Amino acid sequence: MERMSRTTAELPIPVNAARSVARPVLGALEHVGRLGMMLLELGRALPEWRIWLPRTVEQCGNVGTGSLGIVVLTSVFAGGVTAVQAGYQFTGSIPLYLVGSIVAESIILELGPVLTGLLLAGRVGARYAAELGTMRVTEQIDALESLGRNPASHLLLPRVLAGILMLPALVIFADATGLLAGWLASKQTLHITNADFIYGTRYNFRAFDLWYSAIKALVFGAVITIVPCYVGYTAREGAEGVGRATTTAVVVSCVCLLILDFVLAKILLPT
Amino acid sequence: MIELRNVHKRFGRQVVLDGVDFVVEEGQTVALLGPSGTGKSVLLKHIIGLLTPDSGEVLVDGLSVPSLGRKALAELRKRIGYAFQTGALFDSVSVFENIRLGINDDGKYRDLDYCREHVAKCLRLVNLPEDVAKLMPNQLSGGMRKRVGIARAIAGSPKYLLYDEPTSGLDPVNADVMDGLIESLQKELRATSVVVSHDVRGSFRVADRIALLHQGRIRAVGTPEEFMAAKDGVVQEFLERDFQVADSEG
Repeated sequence: MERMSRTTAELPIPVNAARSVARPVLGALEHVGRLGMMLLELGRALPEWRIWLPRTVEQCGNVGTGSLGIVVLTSVFAGGVTAVQAGYQFTGSIPLYLVGSIVAESIILELGPVLTGLLLAGRVGARYAAELGTMRVTEQIDALESLGRNPASHLLLPRVLAGILMLPALVIFADATGLLAGWLASKQTLHITNADFIYGTRYNFRAFDLWYSAIKALVFGAVITIVPCYVGYTAREGAEGVGRATTTAVVVSCVCLLILDFVLAKILLPT
Repeated sequence: MIELRNVHKRFGRQVVLDGVDFVVEEGQTVALLGPSGTGKSVLLKHIIGLLTPDSGEVLVDGLSVPSLGRKALAELRKRIGYAFQTGALFDSVSVFENIRLGINDDGKYRDLDYCREHVAKCLRLVNLPEDVAKLMPNQLSGGMRKRVGIARAIAGSPKYLLYDEPTSGLDPVNADVMDGLIESLQKELRATSVVVSHDVRGSFRVADRIALLHQGRIRAVGTPEEFMAAKDGVVQEFLERDFQVADSEG
């Protein structure tokens, strides 16, 4: 009994050190396990299409048309800035038509998918985490379960599918508007001809680049919806817990997205 | 029949249920009393499988709730209506959709004409006008939210009804109306019910049997008359306190 009642401060240093290492590791493993269970539930909910299909269409509207304005605005400026900065660096003997190549490759391979992904991680991820977190702490998710209904098909799957379906569409849109903005900015500031810009755009372009952009968008779409859904779904402790879940969802989604950006580049791009 | 055998539950270091034995016979209404924070709602959530016990057995219709698979648990839940303390209404959809989600027959759920008729019937049963169905949950008062929560719970014509603090947060007049509503629903639906409450007077009105949860265990159980006559000091203290509060409010 005496041994049991000792406080943490009284324990030997190696025991305390082991505890301080073990706790976060066990905590992380617990999250991995619970996330795995949630993914399993999503898979099991697939046959319940009568439930998730109409809700997915609704969520697609929220994610897709709701985000279109901000995605266009961001990609226009990203394309324009890329063109101007490329022109600034290309002085002297470097041919100006390469600006087209730089703009196209930067937008399609990197800026289009990553900027759109980060934007949606903030806009959609925060929304999903806050919605589900509020539903959790106000017992709405418990209520849904008490009615014999599956929260995976009612709440989670529609949100995740909307992200997976809509992000590639938004990224293709961002690629196109970014490229167009880069072209117009090049013409205005660098006085590059249309023929030179188009030649430069085609110079390094491979059809796989578009596939690569779409694959990245698909993966990012899954990450920026699955992470917030998990974090919101497991939120605890009232309004403060919902606030914490929202912040965590956005931060973790963004970090995961950047890590996956590197991993996908290493795996998919021949070097 | 609902049966809990030697149920233990703790959250972290806090022991909430410490060997609970609790039985509700078919057709009975049992009021589960106890001060706030004693684990009454936790016990109720064990019955519907929203929480699993650390040890012990929870049986509904002879089925062990914690051992049920996902589908079997969903099927069992269709036989149980749960009225949450705050209503727990889905705030992004109308009252109509909230109650409609309580209809657990998929064929009937998809039949909009049936749903309209059934939702109106459920609203009538909880003494609410039919046009409430068009409102959003944020347009309802606290008492109305509770009633809509009950309407949703009874929409699936459940065999069991679980009420979590149906009168908490209501003024004495509305609390009395709510007790009357529970009483009339019992007569109408003939469901086996558990009413979690800390309101002694209301519980005596609606229940066939009363149980007191104290320090994680069922301290006393019996008919209202037996409960009133109990010589247990804890029971007497609880009753005296409640009546003192009621008198001071009255």
